Amino acid sequence: MWALRVVIVFVAAIVLAVGAFFFLAWRSEIPEDAAAAEATFAPELVAKGAQLAALGNCIACHTVPGKPAFAGGLAVPTPFGTIYSTNITPDRETGIGGWSEEAFQRAMNEGVDRRGSHLYPAFPYDHFTRVSAEDNRALYAFLMTRPAVKAEAPRNDLQFPLTYRPLLAAWKLAFFDRGELEPDSSQSEAWTRGRYLAEGLGHCGACHTPRNALGAEDRDHYFGGGEAEGWQAYAINKDSKAPIPWDEQSLAFYLRNGWHEFHGVSRGPMAEVTGNLSALPDSDIMAIATYVTSIMGDPTPERGQRAAQLREQFEGDYREQTADSQSSPVNASGGSPGEAIYVAACASCHEGQRRQPFGGLNFELSTAVNAPNPQNIVNVVLFGLPPADGEASAVMPAFRHLLSDQQVADVLAYMRERFSEEQPWAGLVELIANTRSGAHRVTIRPSDGIERAPHNVGAEEG
Amino acid sequence: MAILLTVNGSPHEVDIDPATPLLYVLRDELALNGAKYGCGLGQCGSCTVVVDGEAVLSCMVPVMLLEGREITTVEGLGTIDKPGPLQQAFIEVQAAQCGYCVPGMMMSAHALLRRNARPSDAEIREALATNLCRCGTHMRILAAIRRAGELMQAASLPRPDEGRAG
Repeated sequence: MWALRVVIVFVAAIVLAVGAFFFLAWRSEIPEDAAAAEATFAPELVAKGAQLAALGNCIACHTVPGKPAFAGGLAVPTPFGTIYSTNITPDRETGIGGWSEEAFQRAMNEGVDRRGSHLYPAFPYDHFTRVSAEDNRALYAFLMTRPAVKAEAPRNDLQFPLTYRPLLAAWKLAFFDRGELEPDSSQSEAWTRGRYLAEGLGHCGACHTPRNALGAEDRDHYFGGGEAEGWQAYAINKDSKAPIPWDEQSLAFYLRNGWHEFHGVSRGPMAEVTGNLSALPDSDIMAIATYVTSIMGDPTPERGQRAAQLREQFEGDYREQTADSQSSPVNASGGSPGEAIYVAACASCHEGQRRQPFGGLNFELSTAVNAPNPQNIVNVVLFGLPPADGEASAVMPAFRHLLSDQQVADVLAYMRERFSEEQPWAGLVELIANTRSGAHRVTIRPSDGIERAPHNVGAEEG
Repeated sequence: MAILLTVNGSPHEVDIDPATPLLYVLRDELALNGAKYGCGLGQCGSCTVVVDGEAVLSCMVPVMLLEGREITTVEGLGTIDKPGPLQQAFIEVQAAQCGYCVPGMMMSAHALLRRNARPSDAEIREALATNLCRCGTHMRILAAIRRAGELMQAASLPRPDEGRAG
């Protein structure tokens, strides 16, 4: 009898648990809205939506470079497999043409599609849930007035059992904090606006916060540095390694222009972000800078002192517009092989006193040399910075055809020792080999060869 | 310090500071004046040469990195009497105005055509993105590179009458 009772209780518990799970996981389908794609919207609303879509960097994931904007299909690699972005043009069959505004609002708020399926958090609804209904309405108006494109995204290639979407309900239960942020009355209006932009559509943390084993942002290391498209997204909290700490003015300038004289140029996926932010008014850029620098906090006195020295060294008119490779500004002391290469091949630009963004950044100012992970500097040495087409842009030649893995490692080890107080990087040769071979995949595009909302840079018009 | 360089198939021993950029060695030591000094910053492409099949900017490359590697300059593409396909195509299409950028253009195109005999215009533009021409000869340069691709293919294909004899 005793055994039977245990079995009954056990079975009942399982039935209850399964029932509770399905109750939690289940979301209703929102009926298809046949008129949605033909709806008209006020031009001001659409214009506002264009700005918001630029802030959200929607085009970056929802567009295959060179293919129609917002038509999805871009492979997004994750530790759990590859997810393909969806078509968010108003095509009825393959896009969101049948989505009512209610369905769109729910997707942004809860990460659930029109049919009621849970979406993978590669779509950063943990941030988009902070977006106001009013802004979502404008975004919806913008997207529903884009050209409809018939394009079916490839099927996701995920490890079992992650293909089973109801499991995402459990993920959400554990990691998803739904809804808009509470106002913080102790903070300024600019800070509050900045938090809204950065935490919501801007989703800075999606790249700049590390993720836990289940792919959720690790809130204990908020803005502590993450990864995107084979690049390191640097720590933008107190752990920032910028030799001259960011302040509101420098960060706003960088976000506005894509470079700053004390920090260098934005590159990799961040070039797309700074490019897209050009759609935003200065006040919003400044607000983001206010909020993000408040997270960084004030630098320690030692860091502040070092920064003051660097400012004195690098500020003002010391830089004349002269530089060429005929004369190296520094001499090798006959030390390491890395030093010899650095002095002969790198210093002529990087210590050549040519102004940002067209000259090489002096590595005394480089976050990359001080970063815990050398990936970004490896990417730039191997692949360079390809020039933008037909406009002035930062440019650096690629060195992958000239330097062996060992030579790149030698140069980087030398630079780390000379320009940083940090420990030497471990495993350089292997990391360089994997980056060169493509085992570690890196996205390399010119600063204008990346998709920018609302313009589809790479695609042929018409 | 003696550095051993292989340029256009010939070995050269030069006694020089190993940090010297290849461009100066080519022009000043080896009298190979095809590669041009433009900006000296790796931004204009007029100094482009090919190393082990890849286009590189010779003003940026210290010769210490080049021992044991195959360097090809525009002089290696053909002679005045017997121009190579790229040179032939540039002449045919008259793809030079002042001509200063052309050796660099040819070398970038040479590297491209080695791996892709029939590049699209987009691929040509991408491969030559760091080669600047201030005369504005770009459309002819594009045409010349397409033409060179044709010439190269024609040269490597058997002639129609070949293989029939006997």
